[in-house]
Amino acid sequence: MPVITSLKELIDLQAVVLNRQKEDLESQPFRGWGPEKYAPQALQADQELDAPRGKEIRVVLKNCTLIDPENLEDYIAEDGYQSFATVLTQVTPEQVIDTISRSGLRGRGGAGFPTGKKWQLTRANPGEPKYVVCNADEGDPGAFMNRRVLEGDPHAVLEGMSIAAYAIGASQGYIYCRAEYPIAVHTIQIAIQKAREFGFLGKNIFNSGFNFDIDLRMGAGAFVCGEETALISSIEGRRGEPRPRPPFPAVAGLWGKPTCINNVETFANIPQIILTGPEWFAGMGTEKSKGTKTFALAGNVKHTGLIEVPLGITLREIVYDVGEGIKGNKAFKAIQTGGPMGGCLPEAYLDLPVDYESLAGAGSIMGSGGMIVMDEHTCMVDIARFFMDFIQDESCGKCTPCRVGTHSMLEILTRICEGEGKDGDIEELERLCNITRKHSLCGLGQGAPNPVTSTLKHFRSEYEAHIYEKRCPAKVCRALIRMQIIPDKCTGCDFCAHNCPIGAISGARREKHVIDPNLCIRCGICLQTCNFFAIVATSGEEMPTGA
Amino acid sequence: MNSGELPYPPRIESKKMSYPLIGSESHHLIDQSPLNDPQKKLIIDQILETNRGKPGAIMIILNEIQSQLSYISQPVQEYVAQELNVPPSTIHGVVTFYSFFTTTPRGRHTVKFCMGTACYVGGTPQLIQKAKQIFEIGPGETTADENVSLEVCRCVGSCSQAPVVVVDEQVYGRVRPSRFTQLINKALKEPES
Repeated sequence: MPVITSLKELIDLQAVVLNRQKEDLESQPFRGWGPEKYAPQALQADQELDAPRGKEIRVVLKNCTLIDPENLEDYIAEDGYQSFATVLTQVTPEQVIDTISRSGLRGRGGAGFPTGKKWQLTRANPGEPKYVVCNADEGDPGAFMNRRVLEGDPHAVLEGMSIAAYAIGASQGYIYCRAEYPIAVHTIQIAIQKAREFGFLGKNIFNSGFNFDIDLRMGAGAFVCGEETALISSIEGRRGEPRPRPPFPAVAGLWGKPTCINNVETFANIPQIILTGPEWFAGMGTEKSKGTKTFALAGNVKHTGLIEVPLGITLREIVYDVGEGIKGNKAFKAIQTGGPMGGCLPEAYLDLPVDYESLAGAGSIMGSGGMIVMDEHTCMVDIARFFMDFIQDESCGKCTPCRVGTHSMLEILTRICEGEGKDGDIEELERLCNITRKHSLCGLGQGAPNPVTSTLKHFRSEYEAHIYEKRCPAKVCRALIRMQIIPDKCTGCDFCAHNCPIGAISGARREKHVIDPNLCIRCGICLQTCNFFAIVATSGEEMPTGA
Repeated sequence: MNSGELPYPPRIESKKMSYPLIGSESHHLIDQSPLNDPQKKLIIDQILETNRGKPGAIMIILNEIQSQLSYISQPVQEYVAQELNVPPSTIHGVVTFYSFFTTTPRGRHTVKFCMGTACYVGGTPQLIQKAKQIFEIGPGETTADENVSLEVCRCVGSCSQAPVVVVDEQVYGRVRPSRFTQLINKALKEPES
């Protein structure tokens, strides 16, 4: 493959590729260009990324599933690398930064710092060399937007990074990808290799004298490495512990040099902003939050999967139009946004517009874009405990408020879930939340109390039911529930007894079965496996009969 | 602070390996060390040689050793430290910080349970209960015949098909406790056939 050296050559190649694709299609009409044709192997059966529904607009996800991520020519056919070529040959770095600033793009990692301003700061700093780092350490449970972009359209990220490198004056870039994403790692490696072959990475790109190369670095399973200073530590080969800011990475980042760190999605937006123009991008979204945002919609919603919506859309539109409502026609209870440092918002907030400021105002955060919908069978105290368990485990231990605060909060939450909550626990939780938020070093500790404060604010009665009435309204917390079989509904199929891990269910075949409450560990397997809905969990109330 | 930027010094052939940090009560670790196996030692040496010059090499080297040998025991940590001329505490600190690095060998197969929010809500705890029943071990443990290790892992990013179980890098979605036994038997057999 000859190296591409100018914009004209690139456009010529695009014409050749488009022509060939057309011929291929015509000669093989039954090739099956289904949207999931290029879905990663392991996930092929899943409708992770479906046709757009509701108010969706695809910008970042435009090429995903439509192009073969391992074939660079496919990307070129979709105008790939044209904005990079244009920028390198016709535009000054200052103009690039100005374009990005005018588009109003804000960091998609969650904090929402204006991208143009970040580039400006990095460029203005005198240190040399400068670095561009792509944060692909998408650790939030329930978020998989970045994985899908890397697996489906890796060159958009590479192109975005290259443009950033030109704008700030860097010659080396790093992608820091988490180790839990082997397919993404593989795809990026191939993409970098291909980009070098075509001359989009390397020395003297497009004959402009600009040099830039990208290396892939892998994480090793530490959530806190998504924090930018911890990520820098990790790339440098040290423990991924955050450090106080300032100095910000734009001043002293990787190896003490000015570094521009952006999220995968931020970089994937760049080529299209340059290509279509900042006014187009700024035309979407709200006054302060422009453009579109990808969300990973998961949980008890009918249509789970990746979505991309213009900012400013309401939560109701996401849940009921894009997500098509709650699974099994159950009642909506809460929506959790922003990953473990986000918050749970109840039904009253469904008409809240989704943008950085509104979500922060409601006690949650935008985060990287995980959205988990919960129905009436989710216990909010248990969810708070789950997130606290996660944060406590992932706290790096460097600063005391986070290390000890999360541990103490987890202790209290666990006690409440186990039915041993006592008077004063809620107040103590509030006090700990306050301390941890105010005094922690990085975003992990500062955001750690969010799941607790938001559930306390909106679902305080559930905490009180656990502590004072010793019951779990959602029937989740094991110590507070009982599994029972409704005799009228039991057909004696023996399926539950067969699946019970400890043999607590007895009864002859075709006869009513009984659960021994002393043996039962309330794991809920029987509840899930019963085909006749004959098993119920009760908590503090009488067992429903018949119906 | 910026020591990672400098390339690590080249290897000194004559240096004799010593394990100052391994006490007499843990000497079996040295006896069972992968360094005693010439083939494994060659792998480690090759990893060190290829990556020594890269900036921030420690993470790359440890990631490689972990993926090729499946664990990084203490003698190996000290060997890497000596080779790179950094304190063993630095290597040990990095190994123990990241959850992907393990210091004991894993089973031939790993069954990982995703503990992301969607999977947790979707029923991972029940699946773990079921796995305990099948293998008679808990998460984080390996069966006596060293065949299967159970692990609880962070979100694997397949939340739309929760709950998810990962058997040797193969992702299985929408797993139900009632079909779990069947799935495990099938998944563990596949590589042999």
